Amino acid sequence: MGVEIYLFELALTFYFAASIVCVLELFKSTKTSSTIMLSLAVVGFLFHTSNIVARYVISGHIPIANLHEASSFFAWCIVLIFLFLEYRYKIGLLGSFIMPIVFLVMLSSSILPRKMEPLSPVLQSYWLGIHTVLAFVGDAAFAMAFGIGIMYLLQEHYVKSKHLGGLFQRLPSLQILDEINYRLITIGFPLLTLAIITGALWAESAWGSYWRWDPKEVWSLITWFIYAVVLHVRLIAGWRGKRAAILSILGFCVVLFTFFGVNFILKSKHVF
Amino acid sequence: MKVLVLGVTHRTANVEIREKLAFNGPKLEEGIFGLRKIPEVREAAVLSTCNRVELYTCVNNTSAAADHIKDFLSSLHGMPRQEFEKSLFVHNGEDAIRHVFRVSSSLDSMVVGEPQILGQIKDAFDFALGKKTTGVLLNKLMKKAISTAKRVRTETRIAENAVSISFAAVELAKKIFTDLGGKSFMLLGAGEMAELAARHLMNNGVQDVMVVNRTYERGCELAREFNGKPVKFEDFLHELVHTDIIICSTGAPTYVLQKDQMHKVMKERRNRPVFIIDISVPRNIDPEINKLDNVYLYDVDDLQEVVDTNIHGRKIEAERAEKIIDEEVGKFLRWMSSLDSVPTIISLRQKAEEIKAEEIGKLKSRVPDLDEEKMKAVEYMATAIINKLIHPPTVALKEDTEDRDELIATIKKLYGINGEED
Repeated sequence: MGVEIYLFELALTFYFAASIVCVLELFKSTKTSSTIMLSLAVVGFLFHTSNIVARYVISGHIPIANLHEASSFFAWCIVLIFLFLEYRYKIGLLGSFIMPIVFLVMLSSSILPRKMEPLSPVLQSYWLGIHTVLAFVGDAAFAMAFGIGIMYLLQEHYVKSKHLGGLFQRLPSLQILDEINYRLITIGFPLLTLAIITGALWAESAWGSYWRWDPKEVWSLITWFIYAVVLHVRLIAGWRGKRAAILSILGFCVVLFTFFGVNFILKSKHVF
Repeated sequence: MKVLVLGVTHRTANVEIREKLAFNGPKLEEGIFGLRKIPEVREAAVLSTCNRVELYTCVNNTSAAADHIKDFLSSLHGMPRQEFEKSLFVHNGEDAIRHVFRVSSSLDSMVVGEPQILGQIKDAFDFALGKKTTGVLLNKLMKKAISTAKRVRTETRIAENAVSISFAAVELAKKIFTDLGGKSFMLLGAGEMAELAARHLMNNGVQDVMVVNRTYERGCELAREFNGKPVKFEDFLHELVHTDIIICSTGAPTYVLQKDQMHKVMKERRNRPVFIIDISVPRNIDPEINKLDNVYLYDVDDLQEVVDTNIHGRKIEAERAEKIIDEEVGKFLRWMSSLDSVPTIISLRQKAEEIKAEEIGKLKSRVPDLDEEKMKAVEYMATAIINKLIHPPTVALKEDTEDRDELIATIKKLYGINGEED
């Protein structure tokens, strides 16, 4: 116990500062404020990465072994995708809709027990790394689609209601928001699918059966169905824009419940 | 030396007078050299656009100079003085500086915030610079006018929102579609405003154009004009499936496009978004269509409302811009006063005294056993040297010559004396 705790606190602090700047940017944004926000996020991300590496070195296994580590890794994946999108598309105000989510996930991670314990025999498997990384990168893509979906609904409201005040000028175009939303789901969905498959394989080798109707498994399946519907109606019926945005927002709420809700409300064999 | 600005703008003069006073083509060169020949005028530049004709000068006697410039204008343009004198504005000193900054920042423009004026000022200044009719003062004034305009542009939102219907349409199209380049566009009907909006869209990259008209021949004619494809009126509904942006202005007494028709079109389009601008009065497109998902319908009143809000927004931003201009005028005035000879003489002396004190200090540490009497002798010598060195520039500064501003600037540069920050 030592340095990795400080690294986590530093990451949390920088994400907090970035979120504050992000929220302020909703009122007034300048080139400087976006640079500050991005720098804070990048520095936070570097500390966060060091924290994860440090935990890996200390514990000797991939540091996604309890709810604290899992949510921290989840937040890390969101920031990773955010920084990539920021670099690739430079769409206005994206941070304002993403960084607060990152901060909240990190905050919940920070109040969960952080103790590193030896892995239980069940978890001692290479499936741990594969299954969890797939699941969280997928979930992070859905988190991003959620933020983008909210931005879409807001911008759609401005254009549809013909009141072009507020954030209209600074929000990106409807088309690009819809496009990125779609791409994120096409990335998240196969990852989620693979996560469920690898999970089943792992369950077979650890518990002796592929599928046990564990609440976590059930809710993951529900999540999978929702995103399958999102993609299906888009490809078949051309559901795009507003409806796609609403579905991706709904989908992420289910993701959050699967991740946090199931652990606290329902009993699951899953550690997280 | 004072800044004197004199001229006519769309506020002070009607278009006939502005036309007659314009410095077009060869007249610009003739005018700018003619101005410099007026004895009181030391520096000159001329801005001539369709909304304004302005003469920027530096003069040593404002009233005499203004008088001579008016005579000069009258002879250059072959127009009796009384014909244009009432329409002329004359600003000098602080007012003149403020005027230049307001013009470059587009606060004095007909459409506040329009961006062209800054380019026009730059051109006017470059022209004068090329003809070597400007000097220290006007160069600085123009440089500051440009930087002030840029500050206003970045620190306020004065130029952010569209203030004409056709620009508002393009602005909206850009918030619905990312890139207008790959979009297809249909002009349904004809009319001045519709065609103008169409041109703006094409300037922004729309390439695939369809033209629909009740009379097919007229449609073909327009299609040639827009480099597009003519479509028969009966067929336009089919073509809507491939159309992303529609401008409608048909003059039909009823709706030419109903909600259920559009609903079918959207299904066939697989809900790809459509932006419809209905400029016709009475409206030609069922307003209920706006309720369909991924269809954005704006009629002429909607666009006008957008424009009105934007204009109101610009007025608020203009007030903030005035504050920036006040600040910049203050800075410029401080720089001008630093050009006076007295402060320059004082700083020149100070600089010399500093050098003296520094060198004597060095000497003391290098030769510590120097007694007081010898020290006094050395100091005396040092004082004599600096006095002799700064005497000629001091005398030159005190003389009231024509090129005193240049001289002051030169001396400051040579001796490394800093004036107002840049």
